[in-house]
Amino acid sequence: MYAFVTGPLAWIAFTVFFVGLVWRGIWYVRGLDWRLDRVSYGENLGYGLRGALRSIVRWLIPYGTHSWRFYSGYTAAVFIFHIGLLVTPVFLLAHNLLLEERWGVRLPALSEALADTLTVAVLIAAVVIVLRRVALPEVRILTKPQDILLLLTAVTPFWTGFLAYHQVGPYQFWLIAHILAGELLLVAIPLTKLSHFLLFFLSRAQIGMDFGIKRGGMKSGGMQW
Amino acid sequence: MPEGLLCNKTPIDTVEQLQALLADKSGKQYYEEMLHLDVDAPALWATLQKSLKSRLRTWLSICAHCGMCADSCFFYLANGNDPSQVPSYKIQQTLGEIVRRKGRVDNAFMRNAMDTAYSKCTCCNRCGLYCPFGIDTGVMFSYLRGLLFSQGFVPWEMKIGSGMHRIYRAQMDVTGEDWVETCEWMCEEAQEEWPGLEFPVDKPDADIIYTVNAREVKHYPEDLADAAVLFHIAGENWTVPSKGWEETSLAMFAGDWAGCKQQVEEVYAAMERLKPKRMVVTECGHAYRATVIEGPYWAGRKSGKTPIESFHYVEWVAEALRTGKLKIDPAKRIKEPVTYQDSCNYIRNGGLREHAREIMRYIAEDFREMKPCGEHNFCCGGGGGLNGIGRYRPQRNIGLKVKRDQILATGAKLVISPCHNCWDAIRDLEEHFKIGIRWTFLKPLLLKMVIVPEHLRPEE
Repeated sequence: MYAFVTGPLAWIAFTVFFVGLVWRGIWYVRGLDWRLDRVSYGENLGYGLRGALRSIVRWLIPYGTHSWRFYSGYTAAVFIFHIGLLVTPVFLLAHNLLLEERWGVRLPALSEALADTLTVAVLIAAVVIVLRRVALPEVRILTKPQDILLLLTAVTPFWTGFLAYHQVGPYQFWLIAHILAGELLLVAIPLTKLSHFLLFFLSRAQIGMDFGIKRGGMKSGGMQW
Repeated sequence: MPEGLLCNKTPIDTVEQLQALLADKSGKQYYEEMLHLDVDAPALWATLQKSLKSRLRTWLSICAHCGMCADSCFFYLANGNDPSQVPSYKIQQTLGEIVRRKGRVDNAFMRNAMDTAYSKCTCCNRCGLYCPFGIDTGVMFSYLRGLLFSQGFVPWEMKIGSGMHRIYRAQMDVTGEDWVETCEWMCEEAQEEWPGLEFPVDKPDADIIYTVNAREVKHYPEDLADAAVLFHIAGENWTVPSKGWEETSLAMFAGDWAGCKQQVEEVYAAMERLKPKRMVVTECGHAYRATVIEGPYWAGRKSGKTPIESFHYVEWVAEALRTGKLKIDPAKRIKEPVTYQDSCNYIRNGGLREHAREIMRYIAEDFREMKPCGEHNFCCGGGGGLNGIGRYRPQRNIGLKVKRDQILATGAKLVISPCHNCWDAIRDLEEHFKIGIRWTFLKPLLLKMVIVPEHLRPEE
C-alpha cells in the first residue's frame, strides 16, 4: 500500500498538479482579449507590467491594502493559513528526507517545533475561517457546501500528518491517509477553486494591468490598493 | 406575446420609435409588455460563448465566497448590511446563474436580473478594490447589462437614452442645429460682459477642442458660457465641433455597445477633422469614462487611446492654475469648510485624484476630505444611470444615505462636484434628506475667484 501511494499514485497526483496548472495558465493568458476585456495589454506593456506588479505585491503584503486593513482579523487568519499551507509541506524535514532518498536533493528543513506550530496554526486558522463563514450573514449567504469541502481538502493533509508524526493512534493508517490526502489536494488544486494557487497571480496581474493601462495608471502614480 | 410593441429586442433607431416610447408615460405599457417578453436562450448562450472569456470566467469561478466585497458596496451598507446586497451574491445569482444554465433562463429570471443590474449596482467598481483576487463585479454587471439590453430587458429610460444616442448622437434630443445655435446664443450673452470673447465652432488646428454633456445644451446653457469665459480669461485657443460635441453615453449605462461605438466614433471623427492638439471635456464623469477610457476599445482602437490626448475638465483646471493661466484672487478663496465628491468614473477609474487635490489647494482654505476618499470614495449613489430611472427611485434614495453621512461627517456645507451625475445625486439627497448643504460645479466657483487680466477687464 505504502509503495503504491508513494509510487504510481504520487506520480499521477504530481502530474495532474503540474500539467493542470500549466494548462490553467495557458488557458487564462490565451483567453485574454484586448477588445473584449477592453485593455490594450500589448500596446502598453510597460504600464501594464508596472500595474500588474503593483497589484500583486501590495496584496501579498499582510495589511498592505485597504481591504486587508479593513478586515484585520480575517486578514490575520488568511495569511497565517496560507503561509502555513505553503511553507510547511515544502520545508518539512520528513518530506525532505524522502526527497533526498528518492532524488538525492533536499531543501533546508524546519525544526520540529516550528513545523508543529505552523500545522496547529493552519488548523486553528481554518477553524476561524469556517466559524466566520457560519457566523457572518454576509459570508453565510455566499457559502456553498463545496467551500467547506475544499477547506477540508486543504487541511486534511495537516491533521493526518500531525497524528501520524506524533504516532497518535495507528501510525500506518494515518500515514497512508496523510499521503492520500496530500495527493487529493495536489489534484484538487488545478481542478477546483484552489486553482487560485496560480490564478490569484494571473487575475491580480490582469486587474493591475487594467488599472495600470486603462483606468488611470497613465495619469497617476498607480492604484492605491 | 414574444415581442412587445415598445418592449422588444430591437434598439431604437428612428424618431417614430422614440416618440412612441416617450409617449408611454413612465413606461407603463413598456413594463407591462416586458412581463411577456420571450428570452432567446440560444442567442444568449451564443453571445456568452463568444464574449465570456478567461477573465470573466475566472472571476465567476474562483470567487472564494469570502465576503470581503460586502462592506465595499454602498448598497450593502445603506440597506442595513443586507446580505442579499453583497456584490458576489448579486452577480452569482444573475450572471453566474445564466452561465451555469447555459443561457436557459426565463422571463422572470431576466426581469430580476434587470432589477439587480440596474438598481443594485451602479458599476462604480469599488468592490474591485477590495477583492483579493481582483474580481471587479462592476465590470461584470456592465457586461450583464449588455446581455440584458440585447434581450430587451432594459429599464424604459435606458432604452430611450440609447435611442437618443443612436438618433441624435446625444443623450437628449438636441440636434446639431440646436447645438450650434446655443453656442452662438451663449457667445452673444457672454460678449455683453466680455467684449472680444469668442465661441469658435469648427475652428481647425485649435489647441483645445471642447466637448460637453447634452444636458448643458438643453438645460444649463450658462455652463457653456462659463466655459467660454474661463477659456477666454486663460487665453486658450479653443473650439467646439459642430458634430461630435457630445461626450456622454447613456448607451454605456444601458449596455448598448453598438450605440456606444456610434457615439464615440462621431467624437473621434471631430478630433480627426479639426486636428486640435488635445480634447477637454466638461465636468462630467461618465462622459470621460465613455469617450476617453472605454471608447477607444468600442471603436476598435488597438492603442486604447483617443485620436488626440484627452483631458477631463479637472485636468485642464489644475494645469491652468499651475501654469498661471488662471490666477485665483487670494481674498476670494473659499473660506468655509468645503468637501469634494470624487467621481468613480474619473477618480477611481481615471486616476485623477491628485488633479482634484491640486485644484483644492488653490481655491479652498478649509478643504475637508470625505472618508474614505480618492479611489476609495463611495459612489454618489446615482451613478450608472440610476439617477434617471423612475422604476428604481426608492432604491436610489436609500443608497444616498451613505453619501449623506459621508458629507455630514466632514462638517462642510459646500460640496464641489465636477460630475453631472454626482451633482444630481447630491442635489437629490439634499432635497430628500434636507441636511442643509450646497453643491456646485467648478466653473461658477472659479469665475467668482479668478483674477481677470488687465486687458480683458470690461470697461466701466
